[in-house]
Amino acid sequence: MTGEAAANPTADAHYDHPHPRKGFFTDTSICIGCKACEVACKEWNRNPVDSDYELLGSSYDNTGALGANTWRHVAFIEQGADQIERARESGRALVNLGMPKVGPPQGSVSPTTTPQGTIPVTQAAPAGCASGACGCGGSATDAPVTDSADSSVASSSDGSSVHPDTPDFRWLMSSDVCKHCTNAGCLDVCPTGALFRTEYGTVVVQDDICNGCGTCVAGCPFGVIERRSDGVFEPKNQRDAPPMPDTVKVPEHGVAQKCTLCYDRMKNDQTPACAQACPTTSIKYGDRDSMVATARERVTQMHEQGKTESRLYGANPKDGVGGTGSVFLLLDEPETYGLPPDPRVPTADLPYMFKRAGMAVAGMLAVGAVAFASGGRR
Amino acid sequence: MSVSEFDNYRPPEEPRRKRKGRRRAPGSAFRRGGDGSREMPMVPEPEFTSYYGRPIVKAPPWEAPIGAYLFLGGLAGGSSILAFGGELTDRPLLRRNMRLSAITAASLGTVALVTDLGRPERFLNMMRTIKPTSPMSLGSWLLAYYATHAGVAAAAEVDRVTHSKLPLGPFRPVLRFVDRPAAAGAAVLGAPLAAYTAVLLGDTAVPTWNAMHKDLPFVFVSSASLAAGGLAMLTTPISETAPARTFALAGVAGELVAMHLMKERMDSVAVEPLEQGRPGTWLMWSERLAIAGAAGTILGGRRRWVAALSGAALVASSALTRFGVFQAGKDSVKDPKYTVEPQRNRLAKRRAAGITDDSITTAG
Repeated sequence: MTGEAAANPTADAHYDHPHPRKGFFTDTSICIGCKACEVACKEWNRNPVDSDYELLGSSYDNTGALGANTWRHVAFIEQGADQIERARESGRALVNLGMPKVGPPQGSVSPTTTPQGTIPVTQAAPAGCASGACGCGGSATDAPVTDSADSSVASSSDGSSVHPDTPDFRWLMSSDVCKHCTNAGCLDVCPTGALFRTEYGTVVVQDDICNGCGTCVAGCPFGVIERRSDGVFEPKNQRDAPPMPDTVKVPEHGVAQKCTLCYDRMKNDQTPACAQACPTTSIKYGDRDSMVATARERVTQMHEQGKTESRLYGANPKDGVGGTGSVFLLLDEPETYGLPPDPRVPTADLPYMFKRAGMAVAGMLAVGAVAFASGGRR
Repeated sequence: MSVSEFDNYRPPEEPRRKRKGRRRAPGSAFRRGGDGSREMPMVPEPEFTSYYGRPIVKAPPWEAPIGAYLFLGGLAGGSSILAFGGELTDRPLLRRNMRLSAITAASLGTVALVTDLGRPERFLNMMRTIKPTSPMSLGSWLLAYYATHAGVAAAAEVDRVTHSKLPLGPFRPVLRFVDRPAAAGAAVLGAPLAAYTAVLLGDTAVPTWNAMHKDLPFVFVSSASLAAGGLAMLTTPISETAPARTFALAGVAGELVAMHLMKERMDSVAVEPLEQGRPGTWLMWSERLAIAGAAGTILGGRRRWVAALSGAALVASSALTRFGVFQAGKDSVKDPKYTVEPQRNRLAKRRAAGITDDSITTAG
């Protein structure tokens, strides 16, 4: 991107003293699929179980999907060599689109590419290939290209189109979470104001306001928010107290629920439970700007290692949801992980829809008038 | 997605059936076991990858009451227009029947809406704020205003029919005074009541509903017109229903054209749920009933029983349209291809047009 941060959505919400926008960076390349995030999330937020325990037949994922009671979901995908190569190809295609990059303007260095377009021989001109047209992923950031790229370049000179490090098998593991979009569909369509934008730019449900109309469920382009069908409410501010007897617990169902980015913990300058529990720092938490910067650094680094399959998801403020608060580094097309490839907040078309509906309304009234005018008085 | 060598011993899969065509049920990946209920085929689909065939977006937790409300809201709105027309052109029976139909349909629709809430006891929270970005919020206010007007008009009508038997006391002159303004208000608000539900469905991430957002309002107001016209023909003597017949015929023509244009302009993948499975059958019968009702209206509209039969066919047609559209959207969520393929298509189209900076997936 050209360096501009996504507009802080707190400005739209008219906060007088905007805090920095907070967000996640989930680096799936170092996720080990331990599900500590799922457990920590459930434990901290006291979410009920999803369903009966069952094996879903999808590798090690028996959680299924994000939902009202599952605010972190670890996906498992098993892939063979050809799928890995396809992922690399599609990642390379992304680079070759000439996405705008941070860094100096495109140099005059000719985009020398190897026949397979993987690792360029442009170390001699570190300021050059900013366009990414060379396939190096726009390595013209501060870090010199040479060091990290050396090993992979040496080995890629055998002319094979498959990167020498390509394994014949891989597991993709990715911890999915609410995206906390800049333009949040759920927030836009909520009729009661139960969903609100926090001072940190995140989107949270006030469960004592929500009347469970379900509009937000359809409004989310990522299929994150869901209406809870069971569960009870225990106050979350008395952690040391013994569990409440079932007779005292307040039923907490029929309302929409999703990740709050641990709003209660943020209020106390704490890291969200999932990020705190993550043993490999695959889930990083912090100011959204620094998260995006970290993500870009990481993807550049991976491209330099020839891992062109890596790509960012949600870092682009010009996308259909205005960029997401939770940014991901993915190793394949988003739909492989169950993420939509081109989400668009439905509210973006709302003025147009109102216009069309207005035309339809005028037509209906006109037809009624004509029908009676032509029928005359009786 | 398994690459274990043991999978070589799997018996050969039956050849993949063609995706297009009416016979294939929607939500196929879901039914093939993507919900985890049984083993699912491990050979990935060649057209697109998905996460074990699981849905990407979620369907709203809306059940049959919402489908019924789509129908009843339109019926109420159209009825108020006919009632006010009958009032202005001195058709007392049309006015009476349509006023009572309108408030009945609106009341049933409101009950349907409330029962479908997750927390029905909090239904008044709908009135907690006015939110222009939320069709549900605007629609709730619209319904409240409409039902107030239609309710006052119906009360005045009941008072008149019962020869001032309602225990109104000093408020009777007030009711008489607001009678006509209330009826006019209900007629004017009736049209948006019939149309806003199209925006409500269009303003979602549900692929088929979202793909309909351009033309669905026209389908819905047409459907409301033919339903209200049909109800008038069913309930009211033919001597007073000539304008209602015109209204219904215009509705049939509008719906046939709008539905056709809408399907034409939709993404070729996203349109499939409208043509397959239960919604496909319902919409096909809706079209047949609309045509039959229109033919009956034109040919035998001056006979009471033919008019009544045609009217019933039109009302049924409208109900089938609403349930068909409603269910098609819910079906489109079950198979991720309806989410992925239209999105990939539009992304590819934008890239082909040279717009490469607005993808959510970036290389850096």
